[in-house]
Amino acid sequence: MAQVVSVPRRVSDEALSPELLVQMYDLMVKARVLEERLIRMQKQGDGYFWIGGPGEEAFSVPLGLLVHKGQGPEFDYLHLHYRGGGTMLALGADPVDALRQMKNTATDPYSGGRNFASHYSVRKWNVVPVSSPIEVQYAMAPGTAMAQKRAGGKGITIVTGGDAGTAEGEFASCLIWSSRKGHELPVLIVVTNNQYGISTPYDGQHGEKRVSDRGAAFGIRSLTIDGNDPETSYRAIRSAMDYVRTERKPFFLEAMVSRLYGHSSSSGANFVSEEADCIAQFEAKLEDRKILTRARMSELRTKYTEELLEASKRVREEPQPEPEDVWKHVFAEENMVGKAARKDGAS
Amino acid sequence: MATFVQAVRMALHVGEERLGVTDIFGEDIGAPLGGVFTQTQGLRTAWNSPLDERGIVGSAIGLALAGQKPVAEIQFCDYAFNTIDLLKLAGAMCWSSNGDWNCPMVLMTPVGAGIHGSIYHSHSFDAQATRLPGWKIVMPSTPRDAYGLLLSAIMDPNPVMFLAPKALLRQKAQSPEEDVPGVPSDDRELSKMIDAPLGDRSKWRPRWPNTPDLFVPLGEARVVREGCDATVVTYGRHVHVCAKACAELEAEKIDVELIDLRTLHPYDWTAIVKSVKKTGRVLFVNEDTEITNFGEHLVRRTVDELFYELHAPPKVIAGKHLPGVGLADNLEKASVPQQDEIRDALRNLARHEP
Ligand SMILES: Cc1ncc(C[n+]2csc(CCOP(=O)(O)OP(=O)(O)O)c2C)c(N)n1
Ligand SMILES: [Mg+2]
Repeated sequence: MAQVVSVPRRVSDEALSPELLVQMYDLMVKARVLEERLIRMQKQGDGYFWIGGPGEEAFSVPLGLLVHKGQGPEFDYLHLHYRGGGTMLALGADPVDALRQMKNTATDPYSGGRNFASHYSVRKWNVVPVSSPIEVQYAMAPGTAMAQKRAGGKGITIVTGGDAGTAEGEFASCLIWSSRKGHELPVLIVVTNNQYGISTPYDGQHGEKRVSDRGAAFGIRSLTIDGNDPETSYRAIRSAMDYVRTERKPFFLEAMVSRLYGHSSSSGANFVSEEADCIAQFEAKLEDRKILTRARMSELRTKYTEELLEASKRVREEPQPEPEDVWKHVFAEENMVGKAARKDGAS
Repeated sequence: MATFVQAVRMALHVGEERLGVTDIFGEDIGAPLGGVFTQTQGLRTAWNSPLDERGIVGSAIGLALAGQKPVAEIQFCDYAFNTIDLLKLAGAMCWSSNGDWNCPMVLMTPVGAGIHGSIYHSHSFDAQATRLPGWKIVMPSTPRDAYGLLLSAIMDPNPVMFLAPKALLRQKAQSPEEDVPGVPSDDRELSKMIDAPLGDRSKWRPRWPNTPDLFVPLGEARVVREGCDATVVTYGRHVHVCAKACAELEAEKIDVELIDLRTLHPYDWTAIVKSVKKTGRVLFVNEDTEITNFGEHLVRRTVDELFYELHAPPKVIAGKHLPGVGLADNLEKASVPQQDEIRDALRNLARHEP
């Protein structure tokens, strides 16, 4: 059960514009509806496995909105884990592509039918391939951040993962490599803490009160926030990013979030009513503040639900990869990452 | 004549000055030491990393993805075993993203026995490395190949692992053909130019000889000596051990063809086929442990594709399936392939009557 942590004073509580709140709400609903469609598809046999981020939208959506999107070290690199659907939609991803990955079609732009749902990869947006081994992204993040520090621009590296995974060595690697004296790196280290690793509760596995307490030993500024509140998330991510962008130093942001459909399809992917639902909470606020009406909000949900239902039927008809496709791209023929990132012409 | 390790250093210098290498890093790689084997002395982009192999491999992947050209090192391959999932990740980058990303990094690591390195400085890595699809794997046996393969590794758009046989690092080129082109003929002169002095090095700067862009192609074996009675296929330090065994057999009028594979993956099957068709007898030699060994794969393929060319059962000589290589000379010799054993096996192969 996600505990609610008060917002520390360091983050400004300046009001966000109603337009931004509506934009965040829209994306949060779209992300939730997408996850629910993916879960349905898996249950109906239109996919082998589901994992995703329902319950993390109040954090993942603002994160995506604040990213400097683009290709190469001048822009932000994203080393996401498998709960980043909201971030992807906020970046502008087409939700139908996520359905394609669920159905493992040849048209799946993220992996060509090779990988599970929510394993995104978009080179033109610096979204590094999501992979299933827990925590490996934290070992790669210092590398992209080094390139960014060298490039001299404003690009930062953002790495996300869960709470249980912070027990892995790569998490320590990330803290160490990003805080070396004189070699500090522009990394926004994010942990979305849902207080579980599959079935194992946080309590009993961790001596530290909060995961973010570990930042202090490395001189890394750290903060734990209520990630179920999109306004808190937006402000905290923005100020953390500002710090990382301008100081070129790491920041550690822990967001307390919910896990609304359990761990994955392996644990049934059924709605968990005991945990806080960030969308329901946000809806109450938006109604209260007269920013959106109930009718408008349910209209939106219905619209996305219908759109994605129709899209999932179309995706069903798209081709599957051919057996001989397994041999494609074992090796790269050219240095694609080098071309985009290096301006001096060297490949 | 250059030593193997000098060749590595000169290739890295060419890499950082002419081929876009941005980072040469690992434990004790930077000044003042320049690597526990002197392999990175005097290099402009060499820096010391934290003592964290997983961090080294992970950062190299990240640097590569962000368009840099990293050459990372694991100080001894004995300490690379905890990086295998990250190595798999690097090898999977292009394939898992269906060709969207590539991961152009080089990983160097010293391998093998032959220097009385005891249990944790004698491991081999070729059996593990060849189980990493998406990687190219090289293991040179001469200074020239070390130089030329490293340059090719740096230019390749894929992750390339450069396995350096520890026992050869200080070995000089045995002939001009094994040497790095462009180095002074006087060894002392070369040493004065590029070996860091003992003691205070803070003011020392290397003077690099003018060595060419020599690219030894990945995936091309080298016929070290031609022969018609049997074929031995090997790589790394066992090229030299096998060469001595072949020389012994020459006195017995047994003429063995010796192939240095140089690239373990993608390997030069064409060269193996050509030789086996000529001799009908083949021995594969390497020093990694023998169960689930790369040589076993080569035998399997030989049997599958060349069965009717064979006049004798193909054979593998590899390291014994032991937890490590023991320190005492007798223990080390009893663990990894020795010249006598190779010679006798080749003699038996050559004389085998179908
Ligand atoms: C290295 C590794 N070990 C185990 C697993 C299996 N596994 C997948 S998710 C998971 C729990 C992760 O928990 P946490 O880091 O809190 O992230 P969450 O799923 O809760 O968001 C485990 C053990 C894995 N994928 N990778
Ligand atoms: Mg968790």
